[in-house]
Amino acid sequence: MADVLDLTTLDRSLAQQVTPGRWEEMLSCIQCGTCSASCPAAHAMDVSPRRMWRMVNLGLVDEIMHSKTMWLCSLCYQCQVRCPRGIPLTETITRLKEMAMERGLVRSRASAAFYRSFAYVMRHYGRMREMEFMMRFILSSNPLGALGYIKLGPILFLRGKVKLELPTFGKGRLDRLFERVAELEGRK
Amino acid sequence: MKYTFYPGCSQEGTALEYLHSTLAVLEALGVELEELEDWTCCGASVAAVMSDLLGAVMPARNLALAEQIADGRDLLTVCSACYTNFCRTVEAAADPKRLQTINQALEVEGLTYHGTIRPRHLMDVLANDIELEAIKEKVQRPLEGLTVAPYYGCQTVRPFSPFDDDQRPTSMIALLEALGATVHRHAREASCCGTSLVMTKQKVGLSMAGAVLEAALPADCIAVVCPMCHVNLDSYQDKVSGALGKPVRIPVLFLPQLMGLAFGLPEEKLGLRRLVTPARPVLEKIHNAHHATRDT
Ligand code: SF4
Ligand code: SF4
Repeated sequence: MADVLDLTTLDRSLAQQVTPGRWEEMLSCIQCGTCSASCPAAHAMDVSPRRMWRMVNLGLVDEIMHSKTMWLCSLCYQCQVRCPRGIPLTETITRLKEMAMERGLVRSRASAAFYRSFAYVMRHYGRMREMEFMMRFILSSNPLGALGYIKLGPILFLRGKVKLELPTFGKGRLDRLFERVAELEGRK
Repeated sequence: MKYTFYPGCSQEGTALEYLHSTLAVLEALGVELEELEDWTCCGASVAAVMSDLLGAVMPARNLALAEQIADGRDLLTVCSACYTNFCRTVEAAADPKRLQTINQALEVEGLTYHGTIRPRHLMDVLANDIELEAIKEKVQRPLEGLTVAPYYGCQTVRPFSPFDDDQRPTSMIALLEALGATVHRHAREASCCGTSLVMTKQKVGLSMAGAVLEAALPADCIAVVCPMCHVNLDSYQDKVSGALGKPVRIPVLFLPQLMGLAFGLPEEKLGLRRLVTPARPVLEKIHNAHHATRDT
């Protein structure tokens, strides 16, 4: 006889962690595949959304962290609004990303560079500065990637789409707020 | 009609023309705006990934500022990502414990958030607060002969969609027709533009932007209501053409730019020259239609 999965002994902590207060909904996934069929990036994912939700419910943290699926999510919210169980799927992907960032397990160099560069600029200036963000992103993801902007870069510049602003150093505009948040989340 | 106004980061940079055309059009319609002083980034798609709490605190900081001057007024945003972040935070604030934690963080900024402000998207305000008749009255140069493909993007209507359908939105139709344009309905009106994947996973991001552009191609231009959608659809057409192996070229205008053209507002106020894919074919078409009507 094939092995039988004993559902009562499964590790539910992952589901609890990534769907705060709503993990019972997460467990109600019926594996219908509506999420995968609705996802504009599913074709490029190594693990389909439907499979990933199963893995969440089975507590397979390592397998999920190892997959690139979450880094291909564009936050279109299509799976979330269509899930017949009403599971907040897109929000849950964001929690998985947070978990991966915290553990330093980001399986996409470009994504890690994107989030870190953006967060730095946001914290330091309080508002986006596209030029500095782009420089930081390109330098920390793939310096050769700058070549991809050889044509578009100058056009953006000439159209006034990006402006030159000198970087500032020292204390950041939202340092205190970021520090306070870290403190409240027990990360400091 | 008066709103508190949150411009959002993109409108100080890549999408300055969205800001200028919005201000010009709303002024023409007699809508008053009070810009939120000392606003900061809404957190975009990034704050919530850095930490769940930060993802609520970044929008809450602005919502708290808006409460101080609110007078019961709604908070107007023109960016769909800002809009979604504000709505997420309003929802989070319904939980008193969560609201308390948010406020423990905001303390260092000397702010308290109560969860009372209603965020509104420009699309909602244009379609539902302003009478269609008032818009028709302002039209001086109808966009006759111009076919426009509406594009709403994702977060304008998902996951919060108090004003439209999250699969098949319709807010733009009557408005574009009031401007005199013909509407080209297509299958990708609320599909994803590719968002930051265009930077981080370019092949995938470009395939999403490409699908939208291709669906809209029978039209003369696309109308958008989000700076992120605009960057992806307007600036990457060369790359999309390369990826699809055929030329894909179609001007992408912000909805208020089209409204401004129909209202006969001066072109420099509308920032049409800032578009990466030139708007010239659109201007020529409007121009020619006018000459044709004048000659007959
Ligand atoms: S759409 Fe919802 S219920 Fe269906 S497989 Fe996906 S997560 Fe499960
Ligand atoms: S929100 Fe993410 S996972 Fe869900 S359908 Fe959109 S891209 Fe796919």
